[in-house]
Amino acid sequence: MTAVEPPLAMLAELTHRCPLRCPYCSNPLELSRASAELDSETWKRVLGEAAALGVLQVHFSGGEPLVRRDLADLVRHAAKVGLYGNLITSGINLDAGRLAELVEAGLEHVQLSFQDADIVSGDRIAGLLGSQEAKRRAARLVREAGLPLTVNAVVHRQNLDRLGEIIELAVALGADRLEVAHVQYYGWALRNRAALLPSREQLDAATAAVEAARTRLAGLLVIDYVLPDYYAHRPKACMGGWGRRFLNVTPAGKVLPCHAAETLTGLDFPTVAEASLSEIWYRSSAFERFRGTDWMPEPCRSCERREIDWGGCRCQAFALTGDAARTDPACALSPDRELLVGARADANESAPDFVYRQHSAASHRSPDLVSSPA
Amino acid sequence: MTAEPRLPVEGDAVLRFAPHTRFRFDEVRQAWIVLAPERLMLPDEQAVEILQLIDGKRAVNDVIDELAGRYDAPRDVIAGDVVKMLQDLVDKKVLRL
Repeated sequence: MTAVEPPLAMLAELTHRCPLRCPYCSNPLELSRASAELDSETWKRVLGEAAALGVLQVHFSGGEPLVRRDLADLVRHAAKVGLYGNLITSGINLDAGRLAELVEAGLEHVQLSFQDADIVSGDRIAGLLGSQEAKRRAARLVREAGLPLTVNAVVHRQNLDRLGEIIELAVALGADRLEVAHVQYYGWALRNRAALLPSREQLDAATAAVEAARTRLAGLLVIDYVLPDYYAHRPKACMGGWGRRFLNVTPAGKVLPCHAAETLTGLDFPTVAEASLSEIWYRSSAFERFRGTDWMPEPCRSCERREIDWGGCRCQAFALTGDAARTDPACALSPDRELLVGARADANESAPDFVYRQHSAASHRSPDLVSSPA
Repeated sequence: MTAEPRLPVEGDAVLRFAPHTRFRFDEVRQAWIVLAPERLMLPDEQAVEILQLIDGKRAVNDVIDELAGRYDAPRDVIAGDVVKMLQDLVDKKVLRL
């Protein structure tokens, strides 16, 4: 087995608090409360440990990272230790003063989410009235501040037909890059799968729209687009392989190989309070568990693509089969393929209502979730 | 808003790194890296040599001459490789004309 290389990037999930309620949110079903979040000093230590370990880019994310009052402090510290700082935001409540503070602190790039090109539909998907107008304002501010802008659009059954308009929106907003991300089905999205999974016809039209736009907009707008697992023949190398490229720190300080890994049961993910990032990366049993190829079952184990796709996504394998150590059913060679392919039939039924992301019903809702943008 | 045409990399073009793009040496890996929005590249030795000549002053032709001299290689072979790589990085918005 080849030596373990240092991680390239870290997702710093500063909080689970968010003004939006998107029904495909990648946060876990069990959301962390503000009181459980790591404090500024701990985050700064973690950023320093990340840089020393070899992390090159840090993505400040959430939830909505702007709800953290110490965000600029953390961005400044990241720049100081040599990390390339990226902000992944909904843009709600971003104003010129806050952005100037972040630019001064050394922020390099903003990734701004849009739920649709259509404002009414976008507000409905985001679960917040006025959100899409607020995002357009945020995009203008980012461009005026001279920062590179990536528009992120999560696409699914209820907005995929407008992908052409989403591309035009990204151009009109002056974005450098558009990331078109198909919903990944675990956590909230799996709960909403029947409302979100597109049909083959929708997908083919969208893919054609992307290909045409890429040619027309070459040099103006870069479009990142990957075919969704539910219609793919081979799985994706999720996170570039478990514990190979990437680590994620949750609001409460758990260190994960990907942002969805908490959905896996039976793995003990260490926290930043228990060990350094380096110890966790190189020595924890959770990061070792699915690293490389030794853990693989057939058909992965003898597959010539085993070091290309690394067996696909462990979270998807677990969500569909109940066993994280099985081949990702996104692979046509998986014995569990039918679990995934069977769900495509839902795309021809009428879409059920969304189950919006929210804190668990047993506890009080955070005020952040019900406030509207200023 | 009308889309601008694609920017072709030609011999007299002068390229520079786009704002918020960093080309630096990483001490942990002992290797050169390119950091850009949503991109992270670990260029191979040949690419590093080309990128080290991108300074906002040299024209693409000068870069090709320099490399052709360094390796005593046919200029058109070098030119093909250099222009192809630079065009790709301009399309990805890592470099600017």
